[in-house]
Amino acid sequence: MPKRASLFVTCVVDQVFPSVGLAMAEVLERLGWQLDFPEAQTCCGQPAFNSGYRAQARKVALHFLDVFRDAEYIVVPSGSCTSMISHHFEELFAGDSARLAETHALAPRVYEFSRFLTEVAGAEDVGARMDAVATYHDSCHALRELHIKDAPRRLLRKVRGLELREMDIADECCGFGGTFSVKFADVSGAMARTKIDSIARTGAGLVVSIDSSCLMQIQGALSRAGLPIRTLHLAEVLASR
Amino acid sequence: MTPLVQIRETIANAGLQQAIYASTGRLMDKRRHAVAPEVFPDYQELRSQANLLKRHTLEHLDFYLEQFENNVAARGGKVIWCRTPGEVADFILGLAREREARLVVKSKSMTTEELHLNERLEQHGLEAVETDLGEYIIQLAGQRPYHIVAPALHMTRYDVADLFTGKLRIEKETAPEKQTLIARGVLRQKFLSADIGISGANFLVADSGAVVLVENEGNARLTTSAPPIHIAVAGIEKMIPRAQDLAVFLRLLGSSATGQALTVYTSFLAGPRRPLELDGPDEFYVVLLDGGRTRLLADAERRQSLFCIRCGACLNHCPVYRKIGGHNYPWVYSGPIGAIITPQFHGIDRDPWLPYASSLCGACAEVCPVKIDIPKLLLDLRADVTTRTRRGLAERFAFRMYAWLATSPALFGFAGRVAALLAPSNTWIKRLPWFLNVGPVAKWISQRDLPPPPAKSFRRLWKERKRHAA
Repeated sequence: MPKRASLFVTCVVDQVFPSVGLAMAEVLERLGWQLDFPEAQTCCGQPAFNSGYRAQARKVALHFLDVFRDAEYIVVPSGSCTSMISHHFEELFAGDSARLAETHALAPRVYEFSRFLTEVAGAEDVGARMDAVATYHDSCHALRELHIKDAPRRLLRKVRGLELREMDIADECCGFGGTFSVKFADVSGAMARTKIDSIARTGAGLVVSIDSSCLMQIQGALSRAGLPIRTLHLAEVLASR
Repeated sequence: MTPLVQIRETIANAGLQQAIYASTGRLMDKRRHAVAPEVFPDYQELRSQANLLKRHTLEHLDFYLEQFENNVAARGGKVIWCRTPGEVADFILGLAREREARLVVKSKSMTTEELHLNERLEQHGLEAVETDLGEYIIQLAGQRPYHIVAPALHMTRYDVADLFTGKLRIEKETAPEKQTLIARGVLRQKFLSADIGISGANFLVADSGAVVLVENEGNARLTTSAPPIHIAVAGIEKMIPRAQDLAVFLRLLGSSATGQALTVYTSFLAGPRRPLELDGPDEFYVVLLDGGRTRLLADAERRQSLFCIRCGACLNHCPVYRKIGGHNYPWVYSGPIGAIITPQFHGIDRDPWLPYASSLCGACAEVCPVKIDIPKLLLDLRADVTTRTRRGLAERFAFRMYAWLATSPALFGFAGRVAALLAPSNTWIKRLPWFLNVGPVAKWISQRDLPPPPAKSFRRLWKERKRHAA
């Protein structure tokens, strides 16, 4: 039986960080998974949901359900988008029993990438190599809504040549928060600067996370501060050899 | 109006930033040690119990309020019911007039902040003195509490030294222990000559008609026992059914607020002094305030906002509070709990920006001792804002466009290509041409660099990859 999974790459990866999607595909194929990319996919609806626009979020969520209804597994390179689908879709469809049933049938098949690797694919060592000192940023929704804390770290520890150094505030928000980053730009920027100070204190040259939007915030702040530290999505680290 | 200018000033004030971050950080550390499994093995179990107890109490609040009133009366005290903060102030002023009171001492109470009690008392010629050290400091400074538990959290000992020198006309003293003794010297005299003592209440115990107060300084004890009249002012949601429930709440409150298994003093106050008792007031009143609280009772989900036991842990752990501090919040209660109760007590249209002042990181819910799902309530309130208040047309239009694009895959793939055409770059973008430096993009680039738009989206690269493989 071939192992099949569908990719939901998220709007941010599709439009801004396509290399993350390719890296994720490469790692999964290396482990023998046959991948499918439903081309009608767009977004999970979170931008509208988090801004209070429920009707618009519902439309986008319905589109997601339509696109992924028959998928066996859905792998997502983001804790935040995964949580939107597996936790918040049911709030969107609270009054609609048919959609609610679909959501409940779909939710257990949606996996954040690192959780999929460790829990479904049963892999920790994916044969990656990268010579770097890295620190891992816990993205908030992965950590607090999906309780993903160890899986990415276990995967990183198996990367040859990579040293993992914890920062003192790994679990503190980077300040992105979707539209919060522009509605309260000063606060968001200040939060990012606190985060990159902690990153710099580790002496690491690389920040790894499982959410590209956090990395967009962190890399944006690092680049603005002129710090020679780069950011990579976990998938990009694991794809490297 | 969103206080964006004031927020910017707070963030630009390096000394203030350091004070807030360090003080909240210390409180975070203390809590972390106090709830560690080896110190507090049943912490999570007690959180669940506390949540259930509060849920039950609020579902039967009518019953418990009456039971409480009867038990207070049986012990010779009196319950006063007030719909609005103004009614509370009126009651206190009326009683003060009848008893010809001149001096009022107060122990720490957030509820009395809802009525601006000190100002009201002073307008009527009464002297009101805060006796909690932090409250005393901010009263001298003419400010409102910066934090639910630590009212002067934003002030360093050097700030306090300058304040004392200016207001008390004494020599500069920067040692916190000596500053405490200075305040104590002033306050002892006040306790002895006060006509009325006003306190808040951490808990109201229905089965015993008792007001429970926790503190570390002993000032609440003096406030409630030295003057001939004690008035406790509390929101109706402070009710708990039984004295034995305190075993759950006191442990959680101390650990979450200050990292103490129990605070130094815990007072159970029920009724005035009885014959043969040495201490205690001649008159005992409990003023119960609605002040918008019953608005929340009707909705089973939103009711949980009233579970709060005012430990302040959500403030300490909130990365937004730690940047903007307490005074940029529009009302008495700051931080995440303030962001959910302020719009619910007052109506969503007064401060519609407040539920948006959060990155939804969830740190607040993680540390809440009574498990209030603050992020969920923030999201629900945001939905209220978009449906019940007038939002900017541009934002409405933007989200309509978003929903349209995100349900039209062909167009969606096209959006990124437009960006790549408009702002081609191989490196992170530090500045944009004027015609692109507008709206959200301008806000983004005011703080950090913008990622370069990729030449090809994932969907195009995937197609090419498949074609290549075939």
